[in-house]
Amino acid sequence: MDRKIRVLVAKPGLDSHDRGAKVVARALQDAGMEVIYTGLRQTPDQIAEAALQEDVDVVGISILSGAHRVLVPRIVERLRELGLDDVLVVVGGIIPPDDVPFLLEKGVAAVFGPGSSTTDIAAFIQAHVKTERG
Amino acid sequence: MSMSPDTASVAAALVAGVLAGDRRLCARAISLIENNAPAAREIISALYPYTGRAMVVGVTGSPGVGKSTLVEAMALEWRRTGRTVGIVAVDPTSPFTGGAILGDRIRMQRTSGDAGVFIRSMASRGHLGGLAAATEEAVAVLDAAGFDVVVVETVGAGQSEVEIMDVAHTTVVVLAPGLGDDIQAAKAGILEIGDVFVVNKADRPGAAETAVQLQNMLELGSAAARHGRVRLSAQDLIHHAGLEQEPEPAEREDNLWEPPVLQTTAFDGGGVPEVVAAVARHQDYLKAHGLAATRDFEKAQARVRELLARILSSQAEARAAQAGQWEPIIGRVARRELDPFAAATLIGQRFMS
Repeated sequence: MDRKIRVLVAKPGLDSHDRGAKVVARALQDAGMEVIYTGLRQTPDQIAEAALQEDVDVVGISILSGAHRVLVPRIVERLRELGLDDVLVVVGGIIPPDDVPFLLEKGVAAVFGPGSSTTDIAAFIQAHVKTERG
Repeated sequence: MSMSPDTASVAAALVAGVLAGDRRLCARAISLIENNAPAAREIISALYPYTGRAMVVGVTGSPGVGKSTLVEAMALEWRRTGRTVGIVAVDPTSPFTGGAILGDRIRMQRTSGDAGVFIRSMASRGHLGGLAAATEEAVAVLDAAGFDVVVVETVGAGQSEVEIMDVAHTTVVVLAPGLGDDIQAAKAGILEIGDVFVVNKADRPGAAETAVQLQNMLELGSAAARHGRVRLSAQDLIHHAGLEQEPEPAEREDNLWEPPVLQTTAFDGGGVPEVVAAVARHQDYLKAHGLAATRDFEKAQARVRELLARILSSQAEARAAQAGQWEPIIGRVARRELDPFAAATLIGQRFMS
């Protein structure tokens, strides 16, 4: 078995700042993961479909626009509709602390705000990806 | 190789899913194969009889010439004519971390939401030659799943990444303007494997010159290669037509595929219908001259050779290691007491006979 952790890094909605997403993508590559970057302005449907085609272990959502309360639950819901229940969903970006419990309740595994260490993000993913997947 | 009942049932479920065109199970099957999972061999064996129906098109060229954008534009064009398209896009794995950033999807946004297109990004995982070790199997999965066209986009390839020609029926080589000297340098290698040539970014200065240079280079090359290639197709013609004597020279000329040089602006689809049409013409040419079977034989031969080398090599290494000989022998090579050829021969003789 030569298993690699595959991560989809996605930018939903209309904000066009993807510096953070790219820094995280690079850090996860450096941690030995295969990172599929979708580019900007993705709909929840597009993100879920890409996660399916790429058979990823993790979907990392980067969102700075403030629309996370709407977009993130839609992505999680769509992933479940497609049968991707075992995909780990993590969120990064500008998320007010008050919204974190809401996102966790909606199925997000972790929220990484500004100042998060990329080492911590990689370590979290390595610890939480279900390794029994083929 | 014996499998646990669990592995066998995993494989059976995936195979049934792939043959039914289930996108999620296609994706999963590709991962298991890519990861060398226990079920991988079983999946490949079960799917193989259902492969060989898709038209496999390779797209290669240097980094930044617009391969992904062109692949997307070609996919849109095939979709317009009602054909489904699977895409396998290969990007390099970092030799230092084993990780990869796969960015080909960024340039393929216009096909998203279309159930007739399936895109899979694949990291090369240390495999050289422009593809990943499991690329051909990923193609087989999409072929068995019923995609009409399967496109393989190689890593940004320079001169020697020619493995794509062992996977694809038709290879499209993409260039961009401003690479005059590079064309010169690329005479051997990828310029030899193109069935269709595309100068992309044709709205930029120098595109027409690049196309002309390329055309000239190809004419030189085809004059030199003419003898061998004519002989192949003439033999073929004799075989198929039951002719007893060599065909007339004029007839030979007709039988030679002259790779067209086309210009595109892939971002807005300019010139892309012509590329898709040229690919179709090349497919017709292969069929008309019985060369499709020849190419299939060559593809099969290349694949078996590659796997044989891999299997024998890992067997030899495992046996030598089990005997406690692997590291000592490698150590002797490192200390210059033994040359690498002698070491390989020694290991082969001692452990593989």
